Amino acid sequence: MDYILSIVVLACINMIAVLGLSIFTGFTGLFSLGHAAFVGVGAYTSAILTYYYSIPFPLALAAGAAAAGAVSLVIGIPTLRAKLRSDYFAIAILGFGEALRVILENLDITNGARGLPGIDSFTTLPVVLLCLAVGILVARNFLRSRWGVACIAIREDPIAAEMAGVRLFQTRLLSLVVSAVYCGLSGGLLAHFLSFIQPVMFTLLQSTQLLAAVIAGGMGSITGPLIASFVFIALPEALRVAQMWRLVAYGLLLVLIMVYRPQGLMGYSELSSLWRRKVPEPGRRQL
Amino acid sequence: MNVSTEKLFSARGLTKHFDGIRAVDSFSFDVAEGSITGIIGPNGAGKTTVFNVVTGIYRPTSGKVLFRSENITGLRPDRVVRKGIARTFQNIRLFNRRTCLDNVITPLFQRERCSFTGSLLGTPGARRLERDLYERAFELLRALGLERFASMQANNLPYGLQRKLEIARALATEPSLLLLDEPAAGMNPGETRGLANLIAEVREKFRVTILLIEHHMDLVMNICSPIVVMNFGTLLARGTPDEVRSNPDVVAAYLGKGKDLR
Repeated sequence: MDYILSIVVLACINMIAVLGLSIFTGFTGLFSLGHAAFVGVGAYTSAILTYYYSIPFPLALAAGAAAAGAVSLVIGIPTLRAKLRSDYFAIAILGFGEALRVILENLDITNGARGLPGIDSFTTLPVVLLCLAVGILVARNFLRSRWGVACIAIREDPIAAEMAGVRLFQTRLLSLVVSAVYCGLSGGLLAHFLSFIQPVMFTLLQSTQLLAAVIAGGMGSITGPLIASFVFIALPEALRVAQMWRLVAYGLLLVLIMVYRPQGLMGYSELSSLWRRKVPEPGRRQL
Repeated sequence: MNVSTEKLFSARGLTKHFDGIRAVDSFSFDVAEGSITGIIGPNGAGKTTVFNVVTGIYRPTSGKVLFRSENITGLRPDRVVRKGIARTFQNIRLFNRRTCLDNVITPLFQRERCSFTGSLLGTPGARRLERDLYERAFELLRALGLERFASMQANNLPYGLQRKLEIARALATEPSLLLLDEPAAGMNPGETRGLANLIAEVREKFRVTILLIEHHMDLVMNICSPIVVMNFGTLLARGTPDEVRSNPDVVAAYLGKGKDLR
């Protein structure tokens, strides 16, 4: 039971990070191969705060999320201002993410590559579920807001978006910061669940897995990537009996999704749209 | 809406070079408030480049863009939009995977001042604003006869209606100058006549000045005055439809020898 519980918690933690990346990639149309670094920043910041300074857990979580957001500005301002095309941006942030990991490996306070053991395990299922629920709600509200609408417009056509009054640079940067905050929160929860973190947990491989969940779940969807993220965490665990073949199954699943549903599980739609209309129609009654 | 002699907009010595190519070369023209000014010229004359320079998509090599006697040269597109210039595109640029309503609500939202935290928390105020904007977006769609398609995804609209939706989206920025880049491209004669009426109607209803690029001569000759003729990036002629039609330079450069404009 504990084992299943821990998988559910891990999946939910991962879902929070995927939710963030979905805002950035699925709704703003920019690819990133470095978001695991923001998870790492959140994990280390919050862990250091509770471990060395005995800061209360909720505050440490918030600080971790904020730190991830602040760090994202460092890479976001120069690259997004230069209006790098999506693929170039993905490479730039890949380099940035790896550089951050190297920094984590060489600092004293992070205990270097050996990792930070003995972090208090404050993360419980109710805490994670609460964070995930609030995260989903806020993401939904964000995407309906002035800024979310602008993000989607940029994904659809950056030039037309600008001519609709959207500030290209500021909007993209905001989207990056929001997504980094989600990843930071996810990292804080992860650190206080595993009670041990190490720089190698936040590498390109993890970034790729986040991106794979967003793509396989579907661009422009919240529910799709959440489902994909859950499956990608749960499936390898469920298949543990099959030993080495489980990673083959994981890869095969990804390939099959891309072949048969190139738009992803829920591309540009939500679960809820299966049974109700998503768009409010103010004038419907007048027709 | 009367055409005044007041200059709403002028370009002074506008020049745009792409490496060696002089796409626009010291081009100057004015747009009177309330007019429907037409820009015509052979393919590659630099008409769309003028639009791109005016709206800040390109930075001019030299020259000035004045709007309400304010220098707006080189402003970012979103700033230009805030000054009151909106445009449509020659190759339609809609937010394809969004509904018509969402296409129009995007510019409406950008004009509002919203509280960031309020929006994230979904406060009643934020919800009310969203509802108001949807109502306004719907009214705009209705003004262009698109209300039936409000919840249809933009790229599923027929071509002609996509052009109308682009106009609706441009009007949502509440412009005083509307730039239309070949609004009748790909339309049949019947649709083109409908568009001519629509443009005249839009000018009255939304009190906008219109500057349009077009290749459909009937449309230009019917609704535009004055007409500016471009060739090789420079001003070839300028005047009323009749003046332009009988200008020998225009006839030679634009239409070939000896042919009448009709």
